[in-house]
Amino acid sequence: MSISVPETYWWKPVDREEKIWVTVALIWCIFITLMMPYWHFTGKQNPPWETYKIKPEQFEKLAADFIAKHKVGEDNGIPVVEPPPGGDAFLVASTWKFEPVLKLQKGQTYRLHVSSLDYQHGLSIFPINMNFMILPDYDYVLTITPTESGDYRIMCNEFCGIGHHNMVGKITVT
Amino acid sequence: MNTSFRTCSVTGLKIHSEAEKLIKINAVTSVVFLLVGGLMAILIAMTRWPAVHLLPEDLFYRFLTLHAIAMLVAWIIFMEMAILYFTSAVLLNSRLAVPKVAWLAYILMIGGAGIVAVTILLGKADVMFTSYPPLQADPMYYLGVILFAVGAILGCCVFFATLIVAKSEKTYEGSLPLVTFGAAAAAIIAIITLAHGAIIYVPTWLWSLGIIQHIDAPTYRLIFWGFGHSSQQINVCAMIAVWYLLGTLTVGSKPISQKLCRTAFVLYILFIDIASEHHLLVDPGLSPAHKSWNTGYFMHLAVLASMIHAFAVPASVEVALRKKGYTKGLFEWLKGAPWGNPAFSSLVFSMVGFGFLGGITGITFGTEQLSIISHNTWRITGHFHGTVVAGTTMAFMGLTYYVIPLIFRREYVAPKLASAQPYLFGIGMFLVSFSMMFVGGFGVPRRHWDITFTDAIFKVSFNPVVDIGMAVFGIGAILAVVGGAIFCLQAVATLLMGRKLA
Ligand code: HEM
Ligand SMILES: [Cu+2]
Ligand SMILES: [Cu+2]
Repeated sequence: MSISVPETYWWKPVDREEKIWVTVALIWCIFITLMMPYWHFTGKQNPPWETYKIKPEQFEKLAADFIAKHKVGEDNGIPVVEPPPGGDAFLVASTWKFEPVLKLQKGQTYRLHVSSLDYQHGLSIFPINMNFMILPDYDYVLTITPTESGDYRIMCNEFCGIGHHNMVGKITVT
Repeated sequence: MNTSFRTCSVTGLKIHSEAEKLIKINAVTSVVFLLVGGLMAILIAMTRWPAVHLLPEDLFYRFLTLHAIAMLVAWIIFMEMAILYFTSAVLLNSRLAVPKVAWLAYILMIGGAGIVAVTILLGKADVMFTSYPPLQADPMYYLGVILFAVGAILGCCVFFATLIVAKSEKTYEGSLPLVTFGAAAAAIIAIITLAHGAIIYVPTWLWSLGIIQHIDAPTYRLIFWGFGHSSQQINVCAMIAVWYLLGTLTVGSKPISQKLCRTAFVLYILFIDIASEHHLLVDPGLSPAHKSWNTGYFMHLAVLASMIHAFAVPASVEVALRKKGYTKGLFEWLKGAPWGNPAFSSLVFSMVGFGFLGGITGITFGTEQLSIISHNTWRITGHFHGTVVAGTTMAFMGLTYYVIPLIFRREYVAPKLASAQPYLFGIGMFLVSFSMMFVGGFGVPRRHWDITFTDAIFKVSFNPVVDIGMAVFGIGAILAVVGGAIFCLQAVATLLMGRKLA
């Protein structure tokens, strides 16, 4: 019984069926463990990790300069910006908006810097469903290469106050 | 010191009256919180279902915060305190070591939980149970959590003290029973976990009081999850201990290899804490080498432990039923199982739900690459309603079906309803968990008041099958909440009006 003191010889050898099961499970666990680095090297998509500490004011300034330099229009009051292919782009999260709207070119690689000016926010790219965290005081550099053109949305999916569900941004790829 | 005992007429166990009172009060409090959490559940579920969209935005986020606190913290941990006292004092035929400390623990916990709940309801802590800074709640919120955690640590200490008392007063001989061993593993993990809680909540509280200027967001996330996720490992350990207990109580099963089961519990203690970092896989900061290491070797040794239990519990049930004469073919024992016994059906739902809905999805979403497509989507919420609701909650409900006649010595007021209850709750929860994961795959975010984005400047229109998924979710939620309500009302009515057993 599991609720009583075990019989004296409870350390007796394990049954054959259980031994087989544990062996198979152990082999599977080792296999999956090896898959972790394997996927990292062979997979085409890993979470980025390039990160720098930055003050929100500094990030805001860098982003403002970037927007002023590359602005091409406006969409619902948010500036539309076309960053240089192969170069840096900035995305600012603050309650409750993403700035600017980015116009990217298919097949080009960008270094997208994201950070928050206030709370923690989420970066959920719709419809491809890729999700990252945006933290204040940290510049998170996502190296991205859009492979399909279209109209993308960025939803905030970390709770950031009562207006959280209205926090939506936009990326277009042509 | 009060050391009066009675002898249980069913199990022959000696029950210390002080331990019995503490088990009762913790179990009752736990069920009351389940009722509160369930009320919040139906309100938030009917808001998330766009066809109903019940609550206004502020109440939705407020009640969501309360739902998580009432369920994940209060319902689960009060029940775990009852389990710790039961597996130490009752199963070892011992007195509870220091009942006064256990009462103090209870008072701190109920006081803390009460403060937290009231602060949330007053609208001073709309921060979700994760309370990620710089979002800030009223200082009372953090203080309440700290009081609760201190109470829980004291409860664990009473458990260990009782193990020592039982050993030195020789109330049993030989090794600890397996269930007590599992509970001890849970209590050890609890101490480690609650230490993380103290390390993070105390500075955050001081920050809310203005004494500390700044809390670093990623540091908070790292240590918070050392608390928030590790406490789920307490639940896993306690749940598995309850599985073995229910196997024995319902069909008289014996663990096949005590050695293996115990080794598996030790593997949990050693390796499971590390799994907490999977919450940070798409955060700025951690290097890929660190992530591969973290998601790899050590985490899978904890998985191995789960695999051992996943074999041992059903196998021991099968062996017990075959001994009863259900030996034909491969599966006759399944027919002979006591499906009408709510504790047994809860056990089965708990094992299947935890393993297949919660466990498998958990280890897949917890890899470096798949975290990208699941982090903070409803996939995650679906995953943990598989583990902590279909799994832990159903196991604890099954246990309650035994606690009522054995400890409270009352007969159920509605035994037929009791037989049906696990099916309602279980099927409802399977639908909820599955549909959450399904729509999460389309990017539907968690913690979100309006996925139709009526007031947002840019519109997001999900694939139309998401509507079907949300409807399945809504129906599942109604079934589960009805099942949960039957459980709570049955428990309360039985305590008040059930026929007394000798
Ligand atoms: C009675 C059946 C239940 C239903 C219908 C239900 C439903 C829900 C819903 C709709 C959400 C909100 C998801 C969101 O907006 O992201 C949620 C969140 C949650 N539930 Fe439940 N739930 C139930 C039981 C439980 C139980 C028993 C527990 C714990 C033991 C639990 C723990 C949680 C937690 C931790 C969250 C996350 C809150 C957050 O994201 O901050 N639930 N539940
Ligand atoms: Cu946000
Ligand atoms: Cu948000």
